[in-house]
Amino acid sequence: MNPTLSGVPVEYYLGLASILFSIGVLGVLVRKNAVVIFMSVELILNSVNLVFVTFSKALATISGEVIVFFVMAIAAAEAAVGLALVIAIFRQKKSSNVDELQNLRW
Amino acid sequence: MLEIFPLVVILPLIGFLHNAFLRNRIPNRLAGAIGTISVFLGFLITVGAFLEFSPWTRKDPHLVLVFPWIHVGGFQADFAYQIDQLSLYMTLIITGIGSLIHLYSMGYMKGDPGYNRFFAYLNLFVFSMLNLVLSDNLVLTFLGWEGVGLCSYLLIGFEYEKDSAAKAGMKAFVVNRIGDLGFVAGTALLFWFAGTVRYSELQVTILGMPEFATYANVVALAFFIAAMGKSAQVPLYVWLPDAMAGPTPVSALIHAATMVTAGVFLIARLAIVFTLAPETSLFIASIGAFTALFSATIGGLQNDIKKVLAYSTVSQLGFMFLAMGTGAYVAGLFHLMTHAFFKALLFLGAGSVIHALHHEQDIRKMGGLAKKIPITFVTFLLGTLAISGIPPFSGFFSKDLILEKAFAYPLYSEIFWGMSVLAAGFTAFYMFRLTFLVFTGGSRFSDHGHPVHESPLTMTLPLILLATGAVFAGFLQTPHFFLGIHTLESYFEPVLAPSITNSIALGLHRTSNSLTETQEVFLAGLSVLVATFGILISFFLHNIRNVKFKEQYEGLSKIVYNKYYIDELYDSVFVKPFLGVSRAIAFYIDTQVVDRFFLLIGFTLGRVGAVSQRLQTGFVGDYALYIVLGSFVIVIFLLAKGV
Repeated sequence: MNPTLSGVPVEYYLGLASILFSIGVLGVLVRKNAVVIFMSVELILNSVNLVFVTFSKALATISGEVIVFFVMAIAAAEAAVGLALVIAIFRQKKSSNVDELQNLRW
Repeated sequence: MLEIFPLVVILPLIGFLHNAFLRNRIPNRLAGAIGTISVFLGFLITVGAFLEFSPWTRKDPHLVLVFPWIHVGGFQADFAYQIDQLSLYMTLIITGIGSLIHLYSMGYMKGDPGYNRFFAYLNLFVFSMLNLVLSDNLVLTFLGWEGVGLCSYLLIGFEYEKDSAAKAGMKAFVVNRIGDLGFVAGTALLFWFAGTVRYSELQVTILGMPEFATYANVVALAFFIAAMGKSAQVPLYVWLPDAMAGPTPVSALIHAATMVTAGVFLIARLAIVFTLAPETSLFIASIGAFTALFSATIGGLQNDIKKVLAYSTVSQLGFMFLAMGTGAYVAGLFHLMTHAFFKALLFLGAGSVIHALHHEQDIRKMGGLAKKIPITFVTFLLGTLAISGIPPFSGFFSKDLILEKAFAYPLYSEIFWGMSVLAAGFTAFYMFRLTFLVFTGGSRFSDHGHPVHESPLTMTLPLILLATGAVFAGFLQTPHFFLGIHTLESYFEPVLAPSITNSIALGLHRTSNSLTETQEVFLAGLSVLVATFGILISFFLHNIRNVKFKEQYEGLSKIVYNKYYIDELYDSVFVKPFLGVSRAIAFYIDTQVVDRFFLLIGFTLGRVGAVSQRLQTGFVGDYALYIVLGSFVIVIFLLAKGV
């Protein structure tokens, strides 16, 4: 018997998380705008959070939810630093297109 | 005095350390005084110890342990001294003549910028040489052996700014290495066969081990190779004439009186081995006789005052080895001592001449100095008479004893005797040639406004004392028809007798037949006659016919003048091929093989880098893709492993 959460099967949650994760990864790979890439990374993080919460509920343990809090805290800090970097780069290049940032290569 | 005997060795060491470490802070006079006094005090202590030891009555050696040194398994070598007749004899020569030469150096080296350094080296030399002769085991002797080699190198290259001096030092060092190999091999063999390196124990072991006689020839040969190098015998003599690049007192002390006689000493010290090695002894005698004649001929045509004396030293060492080879150990040691006196005297006299003429060494530019430097002249003449074997000077007695023993030797005696008499004739010829050209006739030099003057007292006093020795030292051992004194023979009896008795017992002893008094008189008369003949030829050529110096010699004399081209021969047979091999290794194996291997490693890494650098595009998207692909690989890997 498959467990359900509030009447919705666990597979549905995991499916949604997979879709969000794939969209995030694709966004990171395909988009050129630094801010959009950032949003995609956030999407990946949140899809993982969803998996954590789902299993936490399904297995009736609290540790998954604790990790989610950690992830959210780290993501907030990361977003602050990352956005600051994007703004700093934008001031230099007048652009947020990551393909124009090729200074650090051979 | 026997209790404080180690001071004899320690005092020069202190002198060396003092002069070496404070050489830039102390005045020259202090360095010279410390150097001289440290050796002279050693001489006084040795004399005291000599009297206390009473060498004519005491049989066993006095052993002194300074400190334990190397103890490994059954191997034991201590810093310990064996005081017996032989080592006392050598110590008296080294410290006695050594202190005179130190005193002389104080005058000779005056004003030299390396004055303090010179005295430091000289004291280090005396320290090493004393360790060599006093040691009670082969290992400590080897330490001294190498120490004197080092000092010889340092002092030959004393004026290291001069390329020739630096090269001569290197040559001496390298040639001596060949001999040192023999020393190490001999020590190892002796330890293998007898299980000890201490002389006293070696004697006991070998006496109780008749089968040792089978190996004795090999061991003796190894040690003789060592002696050849240090004592400049054919074929390893080439370094000694070049060693004259060092200051003259060095030539007198190291390259005439003491260090070069170490080989003779070694044979006497290991008499227990050499008396059991008749074949090697015959070889030693042959080498000695050949060296004596060969280098005496070269000496006759050299124009550098020190070169003549250098070839003379090689020749005289040949006489000593002839004596050691024919089993006449006392004769060899006797000649060692008289030679130390007259050759040190001759070198110091030559130094006095060089000093008077402001560093002129070419005898073609000397002449008529007898009146200008009378003390040098008289002492030099006495030394010349002594080395030429004119009675009653010391050289006559010692050389005559050697000739007599060679004549009475059971094998090839005619050849040995003939060669050595001929060598003695040549000796008289070239030494008087030297004396005539330097001191008589018209002067051929220009004094450049510096008048020629006699050397100071610090230099003439050693000359006078050494001349006294050169005149009277011969009376320690005289033939039957001439007082019949046998002091030295009875003196060395306790050291040599056990070895000789042993070799007689094993039937390996080749006794020199005893000669009748008539034969002795005849032999002595003949050798004096030959010497006189040499002197007369020399007188005739240089004082009556006044032969002119030739720019270019022809025929045989050209070959002799060029020292038989031995240096050139060694150069083309050993040095050039060796350099060729070195070049081949350096320019073919090293650059083509070794270097290429490492260049290949670098090249490969460069290629790998050139390929992999294409991954670093600078596009963030590409990096993100790598991360994703990497994650996929990890996940697939984990799934495949079935976690």
